[in-house]
Amino acid sequence: MDWKRLIRLEDSDSGQLLLWVGGQWALADGIPELGELRAKMAARQPAALSLRAEDLGSWDSSLVAYLVGAASLADQASCEVDLESLPSGLRRLLVLARAVPENEDARTESVRPSFLARLGEGAIGFAAEFRSGLEFVGEAALSLLRLVRGQARFRRSDLMLLIEDCGVSALPIVTLISFLVGMILAFVGAIQLQQFGAEIYVANLVGVAMLREMGAMMAAIIMAGRTGAAFAAQLGTMRVTQEIDALTTMGISPMDFVVLPRILALCLMMPLLALFADLVGVLGGAVVGATMLDLSPSLYLRQTVEAVSFADFSAGLLKSAVFGVLIAVAGCLRGMQCGNSSSAVGEAATSAVVTGIVLIIVADATFTVLFNIVGF
Amino acid sequence: MSEAKETDKRESAIEVRDLTMAYGDFVVMRDLNFEIRSGDIFIIMGGSGCGKSTLLRHLVGLIEPARGDIRYGGVSFSEADADGRAAFLRRFGVLYQSGALWSSMTLSENIALPLGEYTDLTEREIREVAGLKLSLVGLAGFEDFYPSEISGGMQKRAGLARAMALDPEILFFDEPSAGLDPLSSARLDELILEIRDSLGSTVVIVTHELASIFAIGDDSVYLDPETRTMKARGNPKQLRDHGEDPGVREFLSRGKISGGGPHE
Repeated sequence: MDWKRLIRLEDSDSGQLLLWVGGQWALADGIPELGELRAKMAARQPAALSLRAEDLGSWDSSLVAYLVGAASLADQASCEVDLESLPSGLRRLLVLARAVPENEDARTESVRPSFLARLGEGAIGFAAEFRSGLEFVGEAALSLLRLVRGQARFRRSDLMLLIEDCGVSALPIVTLISFLVGMILAFVGAIQLQQFGAEIYVANLVGVAMLREMGAMMAAIIMAGRTGAAFAAQLGTMRVTQEIDALTTMGISPMDFVVLPRILALCLMMPLLALFADLVGVLGGAVVGATMLDLSPSLYLRQTVEAVSFADFSAGLLKSAVFGVLIAVAGCLRGMQCGNSSSAVGEAATSAVVTGIVLIIVADATFTVLFNIVGF
Repeated sequence: MSEAKETDKRESAIEVRDLTMAYGDFVVMRDLNFEIRSGDIFIIMGGSGCGKSTLLRHLVGLIEPARGDIRYGGVSFSEADADGRAAFLRRFGVLYQSGALWSSMTLSENIALPLGEYTDLTEREIREVAGLKLSLVGLAGFEDFYPSEISGGMQKRAGLARAMALDPEILFFDEPSAGLDPLSSARLDELILEIRDSLGSTVVIVTHELASIFAIGDDSVYLDPETRTMKARGNPKQLRDHGEDPGVREFLSRGKISGGGPHE
């Protein structure tokens, strides 16, 4: 007995084509090609295809798949298929597999659209996204108006928890990053300024850069990755578990109850975080000054205070409050738009971070241009 | 479609008129026409994925109809403005498939939220009512548990307690027995009957659980996924025994009807 897979074609006297299968069939060996059978069928035009088994050992889906393929080949050539001589288990599986004709709608033909079509679809998608983003901002503004009028309803304890989460809890990471950024700025500046013997101006560089730009920017980017993503994931999960629906059908606006406290919390905490980042960044600069440039900390700090203006300081804080709103809006928007699956929650979180960071950079550039024009 | 029209003269709590539901261009169900009588337990049934839950989401205003109207007590819900909507919603209670309890709040706080929104009760009174609602669904003593700390069946019952917080006129259930063992499911059915009988609420249930359908259903509509519209209307037992449509009889008897279903 040959224990290898065996396929044999044979013509019978009655004009039937016999397809003998036997031996061991395992998926690991792959599914045989139908080429030989197809050629034979084309040559003979048999009235019927009879499937037979001889010395069939153990078999699995590979045999079923092969026979289903053979049978549908026969169907296409409108020749009859005879399963009667197969073992009953195999026959039942084949009958089951062939019972329901393939659902034409279910298998959609994926035709790759032309470049123009894709470009157009992309543009339409972008416009729709822009519109839904604007709608969301509008709704958030209305919700804020209700808050001012004392009509917006959310739980104060929720707000406090959120404030803690995007304030105090973010301090360690903000400390680390802004300290390092302060040091990096000082290093870069020191190498250039040493050439002119103007090391003391490292304090000016670090002070102005931290207060005006980097403090707010670094805090914002950290918060976009940390809190923006968390907001999107929280709201996305609430969507998936129908908690948002439950709020809506209770007549409680999810905008007021879920989104507004998050925007408020970040908008309130971001300036404080930025302020903290400013201080730590200057400290980082001072450490480099003291160790590498032999500038005493008191000299360094005095130079910093002289260098920075109130305008630098307030520009940074103003920006950070705006960044806070942008991060929260991006996170909540992506969370509310979230689809109905766990992978959609992941996508929402990712897209919240990307959207948040893009918005931060664009807003920062806009601020810089505006401040430049008004001479702030 | 006329089996159960009987001589019932009770007013209809909900009327669905020419409702067509669609996601974009994809029509889920079209031309739905039925009314739900006040005080009935009304079953929305049909095969998996035929749009039962979508219909429920239309009924509670989470999705806008593509065409047609939903009327409560003769007043259009679909055309109501935001304030009108809120007034309607105040009269509804919804139990979602997974319970949909707010996970950041304890069970007691979950029930307290709607009470705090719509009543002038003091904090102590709200807590008392919340405790009462929880004990009604057999969860006395679980006030300070978070939803993640209790089992799925308990979450569902807590969801029911929240849905009943404001003694709603109409209770909606989305697949109440999904994920429950037969015993818990039967207990939930009893609870639903009890609530209807004691509070006189109208109950709308989306389910394909035959045991529940026959145990508590007064009236029903069958949504057919192939024709994408409703196929039968009436008391589920009558539909099974004397229904005109073989597809519906087959569904209601698990494919075992005389004349042969797919299971020979």
